[in-house]
Amino acid sequence: MKPNLILHVVSKFLIPLIIIFALYVQFHGDFGPGGGFQAGVIFSAAIILYALVFGLDAAEEIIPSRLLRILASLGVVIYAGVGVVTLLLGANYLDYSVLGSTQIAGQHLGILLVELGVGISVAAVMLIIFFAFAGRGRE
Amino acid sequence: MDFFIGHYNYWIVIFLMMVGLYTVISRGNLIKKVIGLNMFQVSVFFLYISMSTVEGGAAPIITEGVEVYSNPLPHVLILTAIVVGVATTALALALVVRIKESYGTIEEDEIHEQDHSL
Amino acid sequence: MIDIIINITLLTFLAITSVAIMRMTNLFAVIMFGIFSLLSAGLFVVMDAPDVAFTEAAVGAGISTVLMLATLALTKDHHEKSPRGHRPWLPLAVVGITGAALVYGTWDIPGFGDPNAPTQTHVARYYIENAVPETGVPNIVTAVLASYRGFDTLGEVAVVFTAGVAVLLLIGGKRSKSSTKVTHERGQDEA
Repeated sequence: MKPNLILHVVSKFLIPLIIIFALYVQFHGDFGPGGGFQAGVIFSAAIILYALVFGLDAAEEIIPSRLLRILASLGVVIYAGVGVVTLLLGANYLDYSVLGSTQIAGQHLGILLVELGVGISVAAVMLIIFFAFAGRGRE
Repeated sequence: MDFFIGHYNYWIVIFLMMVGLYTVISRGNLIKKVIGLNMFQVSVFFLYISMSTVEGGAAPIITEGVEVYSNPLPHVLILTAIVVGVATTALALALVVRIKESYGTIEEDEIHEQDHSL
Repeated sequence: MIDIIINITLLTFLAITSVAIMRMTNLFAVIMFGIFSLLSAGLFVVMDAPDVAFTEAAVGAGISTVLMLATLALTKDHHEKSPRGHRPWLPLAVVGITGAALVYGTWDIPGFGDPNAPTQTHVARYYIENAVPETGVPNIVTAVLASYRGFDTLGEVAVVFTAGVAVLLLIGGKRSKSSTKVTHERGQDEA
């Protein structure tokens, strides 16, 4: 896009706020509405806004495609890995009660890790899909 | 009158479902079909969320002083369904892009003609 | 009373927007689809479902609309053809019969918001009473999603990951649009 002063200034102001909001929704999903999926999609919306205003090449510089593919698989591995850890500690698969000293502490830790895995994976996959669509028609 | 207000939700849900179905069946453009499918999906979400509300209830987050909560189980189902729906839509649109590159068109009639004339 | 009026008004707007989507052509249909998503997110908030409204607004009005606009840009038709006329009688008949059968099916549904409906009295009571003592998380939807029904969420993350891999395989490479290349090849085959 041709450089447009209002869009540049307003998006430089908004994008950090959107990213902070995504982190808030991710980690306060226990006490208010929110959780992994919403946070991942909001985070990817911030990066998509950056790509729309400043160009696709600038967006690919801050988040290269190799890193996105690693992050997408990392999210799934974190989720499944929590289940394997609980198996190794002696309980059923994905039974979070054995992760902490009390049942409630274990459940808190388990839910936190699992939502983190979901958020990372969803954000990376949405960005992969957007970069694939946007980069298709170019030489 | 009570019957009408109590069932208006479900009749609008059925209307949205039928509009989505009509868009999928009768429009030839492939992108229009994907949009119609999305409308159908949203109407099904409405059906489930309408069934889970309680009169005078609050959102299912435990807070002090609230006694009646709406049913949290359909919320969980619909959350999963929305995310799976967007994954399906992204894949369908990627297929539309590849069809355009192979056949040169995204109208359903012309794609059938090119297939039958080979 | 105000609740009911807001509900009915928003639902009527939603129905009108859906008819507008059906009748408009390409770019305008996609924009109306974004408005449709936003209206349905507002309705979800009115129906006491903030998590669902969050997800629908972010995913429907954000990601879906952007992807459809990108597809429209990639499938631009340079030769303007007039759209062929469709005969709408058979689809209208199918849609009419299905709609009438479904409306007949809703005659016995318990009214909207009835606290004695079967959906409110069986399993939901257990989750509402035991979510905080067993998991310590006040948001019941997150507790059910991540702890009680954790396997479903694992499957969902796998589905999202698979969709990302499939889109990468289909359109991940940086090839240019090659519609002229296809007709050239077909010409050579027939010659």
